[in-house]
Amino acid sequence: MSVFEILVSALRGVTANKLRSILTLLGVMIGVASVILLLAVGNGSAQDVKSAISSLGANTITVRASGMGGGGGEESTAGNTKKVITTGVSDKLAAAGLGHVASVVPQVSTSLTVSSTSASSDSVSIVGTTPGYFDVGTTGVGTGEAFTASDVTSSSKVAVIGQTLATTLFPTGSALGQSITVDGTPLTVIGVLESQSSTGVTDANSVVIAPITRIQRSFTGFGAVSTLSIEATDADSVEAAEGEIEIVLNQLLGQTDDDESYSISNQRSLLETQEESADSFTVLLGVVAAFSLLVGGIGVTNVMLVSVTERTKEIGIRKALGATRGAILGQFLAEAAMLTLLGGVLGVVAALMGANYEIYGTQPVVLDYSIPLALGVSVAIGVFFGVYPAARAAAMRPIQALRAA
Amino acid sequence: MSLVLQLDGIQQVYGTGEAAVHALRGIDLAVEAGDYVAIMGPSGSGKSTLMNLLGCLDIASHGTYSLAGHDVATLTENELATVRNKEIGFIFQSFNLIARMSALANVELPLIYGRVSRGERRTRALAALESVGLAARSGHEPQELSGGQQQRVAIARALVTGPTLILADEPTGNLDNESTDDILGLFDTLAAEGKTIVIITHEDHVAARAHRVITISDGLVVGDRLSARPAGAVLA
Repeated sequence: MSVFEILVSALRGVTANKLRSILTLLGVMIGVASVILLLAVGNGSAQDVKSAISSLGANTITVRASGMGGGGGEESTAGNTKKVITTGVSDKLAAAGLGHVASVVPQVSTSLTVSSTSASSDSVSIVGTTPGYFDVGTTGVGTGEAFTASDVTSSSKVAVIGQTLATTLFPTGSALGQSITVDGTPLTVIGVLESQSSTGVTDANSVVIAPITRIQRSFTGFGAVSTLSIEATDADSVEAAEGEIEIVLNQLLGQTDDDESYSISNQRSLLETQEESADSFTVLLGVVAAFSLLVGGIGVTNVMLVSVTERTKEIGIRKALGATRGAILGQFLAEAAMLTLLGGVLGVVAALMGANYEIYGTQPVVLDYSIPLALGVSVAIGVFFGVYPAARAAAMRPIQALRAA
Repeated sequence: MSLVLQLDGIQQVYGTGEAAVHALRGIDLAVEAGDYVAIMGPSGSGKSTLMNLLGCLDIASHGTYSLAGHDVATLTENELATVRNKEIGFIFQSFNLIARMSALANVELPLIYGRVSRGERRTRALAALESVGLAARSGHEPQELSGGQQQRVAIARALVTGPTLILADEPTGNLDNESTDDILGLFDTLAAEGKTIVIITHEDHVAARAHRVITISDGLVVGDRLSARPAGAVLA
């Protein structure tokens, strides 16, 4: 008997009692559909996380002087014999021609009161940096323009400010071209940042960004910088870039791996953590859905048991005609597998239709492997849950089976 | 003539101890090739038990049964299935066709279990239906056929594998007189062709068509005579 004939004969068995078969394959269909769909939802949310993080700048490496907060460099240089990262070190690092490093942006930062003629704001984060700052990550200028390299050279009294700060200081009009006073130093607002999503307790939109030379001259002094933001050439080069940076920095600072005066980190590690949690979310959803598939499978066992009982006489006749145990087993297994395969196909169709809609704010993204997997599993479930009824049929003694009404 | 089947001291006991029922209490019987044998007996005589043993649907408790040279007791389950498939053609009282399968598909079924190729299956099944005069009805399902027609399909199914023994259990029990004559006529033809037939019945007019009549009572053979009537004679 060819495979095709077996399938045709199994299909005939399945269609013998249409309503019962449909109800049973409905169970499998729901199970398969929910496996595919929930995996797709999990996958969709994982992709959301990924794109959210990559918008934060997956290529960005941050070098921080250890023991140095946002308060500037002076206190940690005192009494510390280690060389510190200065703009000079930063320039040398940038000039070292590292293969995986695209740009190096030094930053100094402090926190001061900022005021306009009409209003003032306390504890505003003041960042001194170079124009590259606006290219690394996603801190783009919304309106106006960024300062330039020559502004840095000449330590111009210009600033780009965050949106919240702009609204606080200039509630009635545009901040562009206006003057603000930072701890007594007047700066001209030449740009306002795009709205930033806040990642911590501080408001990322309440910030003053000015040429690094200006901030050093007026506030922090020309000592250590607090942070180097380094952009790797691409997301895959982040680790290689970290290695290069470490070697060069240690040379420049004359120190070894064991006594580094800085820490190095990247967004990628954050990305990986988030991906892991998204993946475990996907697995969790898959497991929940697998249970509904299991319930569908138990339905198959149930209906096959009924079918075997109903067809006892037929089994007896087939045995009298020379059907072996294996032939009867194969027939009922094929019917169970046919039942679940049909359910599986309908389930795939239902899941693909369902995946077009947003579910709890997540656009499901169907995993490529989930469709063949679900179909394979549904056939396997038919075989697994069909084994017991089929074995019962196969084990029947022909005279007893024939005697059945 | 060679022996198709031989029974020596066959006993069949159901249950054990006090509750044991001795359905057959020592049957000795031999059937030669080409014989047309009727086994008669009232209900409870053990003829159905004998039929099950002859058909390899059951194994005797004691004694030996050899069918076409096989000692049935020594065969495995799968070998028994093969013997049923190749050596025996069953005809049942209630036809036992499988519902929702065409007459042709029913006749093909033993060939499927005999692993006959698809093309040959079709040819042989059609030939078997032709020989019972039902070639024109090959596409009909059992419920679309009369009782007599269904039994003819069943006979075609029994013949299609070219079995050593045709075993019929009350083949006319569910049929009206006209169909009965029809079916018995078919048996006469098969007998004339040299087929070995064992027919189990409790009806005298059925047994009368056979060449040899064996009577069973209470689990023992009590009569074994050759029919006076010539083969093919029609009962009034």
